[in-house]
Amino acid sequence: MTFDISQADQPAMIIDPPHDRILDVKGLDFFYGKTQALFGVDLPVARDKITALIGPSGCGKSTLLRCLNRIYDLYPGQHAEGQILFHGEDVLGTRRAPGGLRDKVQLAVESAPPIDPVEAEGVLRVGGDLARLRARVGMVFQRPTPFPMSIYDNIAFGVKLHRRVSKSQMDEIVEDSLTRAALWDEVKDKLHQSGLGLSGGQQQRLCVARGIAVEPEVLLLDEPASALDPLSTAKLESALVELKDSFSIVIVTHNLQQAARISDYTAFMLLGRLIEFRPSTDAFVAPETEAMRDYVTGRFG
Amino acid sequence: MSVPFSFDHHARRKLVNYLFVALTSGATLFAIAALLLILYSLVVNGIGGLDAQVFTLDQPPPGEMGGLRNAWVGSLIMCLFAMIIAVVIGILAGTWLAEYGDGNKLAVVVRFLNDVLLSAPSILVGLFVYEILVRPFHGFSALAGAVALAFLATPVVTRTTEDIMRLQSHALREAGMALGAGRGHVIRNVIWRASRSGLVTGALLGFARISGETAPLLFTSLGNPFLSFDLTHPMASLPTTIFQFALSAYDDWRELAWVGALLIAIAVLSINIIGRTLTRGSISK
Repeated sequence: MTFDISQADQPAMIIDPPHDRILDVKGLDFFYGKTQALFGVDLPVARDKITALIGPSGCGKSTLLRCLNRIYDLYPGQHAEGQILFHGEDVLGTRRAPGGLRDKVQLAVESAPPIDPVEAEGVLRVGGDLARLRARVGMVFQRPTPFPMSIYDNIAFGVKLHRRVSKSQMDEIVEDSLTRAALWDEVKDKLHQSGLGLSGGQQQRLCVARGIAVEPEVLLLDEPASALDPLSTAKLESALVELKDSFSIVIVTHNLQQAARISDYTAFMLLGRLIEFRPSTDAFVAPETEAMRDYVTGRFG
Repeated sequence: MSVPFSFDHHARRKLVNYLFVALTSGATLFAIAALLLILYSLVVNGIGGLDAQVFTLDQPPPGEMGGLRNAWVGSLIMCLFAMIIAVVIGILAGTWLAEYGDGNKLAVVVRFLNDVLLSAPSILVGLFVYEILVRPFHGFSALAGAVALAFLATPVVTRTTEDIMRLQSHALREAGMALGAGRGHVIRNVIWRASRSGLVTGALLGFARISGETAPLLFTSLGNPFLSFDLTHPMASLPTTIFQFALSAYDDWRELAWVGALLIAIAVLSINIIGRTLTRGSISK
């Protein structure tokens, strides 16, 4: 069954969440070089809720996610236009700080005069650099990406970037984040062994623990369970549901049951456009648009 | 229309398969046989003269007792200095090529020149260093020898560093950056660590490349019949001593040349084995 492309040109069907918006994407266009991948996407992200992004492969879910913490910045040629408001300031206006001199630059940026007077207020509030932004908007990837160091050091890595903590404080942070990621019981006796020795599912939960140890406000997950078996997926999902009390989560998934199980809001994307956004409770039973109806009933995609 | 089972076709495929297996195993055996033959002749000719004196005595005048102390100490000093230079420059250059070289014209040029240098005749390198470090200072020196060796080892280290770092996944880099780390921090603390065994291998390959080099030393460190630790003066080395002794008319010198050759072979072999064992060990610290 083919999808009528003209439907994508209709305005997005967005049911506003009655919650605080921690992130607010407005009219976002994204380009890989000259190829446009996102077209005027609007997406509200509710505070302390789970928002699922669904849609067929290549629809721009991951691209949208990668905009929220500006991770695409790593690649020259990729750029975004539009607005992503985070605490009222535009994430896209955040300045890049060169790597090696991170700390110095951070200080310098704080005291430096703002580049754009319109966004001055906002830029100063995140400290104006990507390191600060990413400390507040964490990310977990499709494939587990443990660093080649011990489980303990994996967690400590991110924490040390942003805070100066004592050994005992670090011990607490490590235990706390591993517990919240539902991994503590499995690894408490081997904290100083390599993170690479864990199973895939454990590695992924280690990555979640590493992400939340930095105490971000938003956690972005890019198909975190796609490489995991059903049991590991279930553990990861229950950890996520626990976490939404303290974090706002945006998760990209190909698994519609997963989206239905854990998310509070669902955004359906197609061909680089956001087609429909609504509470998950009725997203899967009563989608407004024909495209989303076709997708969730398995008629295409 | 159904296709009948063709015995001929099947038999032909099997035959081709056997032929290829035979060819590849033949080539492998040939290569291994050559290596074993070299090692065999080294052991047969060299083991007889291998005793403690080889390590403790300097090279003798013809017909007298002596060893190769001045040579192996000189080789060690110059190779170590060369490797310090090569590892520092090679890893930094390889890192730059791998991490910042994409879409950069300078990187294309640097990579090409590095490949040229990788296969440059070592005697040219020797002559070049002779022109820049020996002639202007009016004297052969161990330092010039080390620099000449570094010129040969650096491209090896650069190349392996770039290759191994490119093997690390983008996801790993992104994961580091996503925690708020700067790019340099991620490279130093995550990517280098993940590439550690490859970096060590690169250094070992570089060391293996230079430890038997004679040509670049002939014009630079020259050789020295006495033990010397002075980098500004000529210094002996195993390859140049082997070269000198092997071509001599004295039987005892020729025997020492075999011993020296055996020493180099053992050293390269054991360094490789040690390196591999070390890097295979657990990654947890």
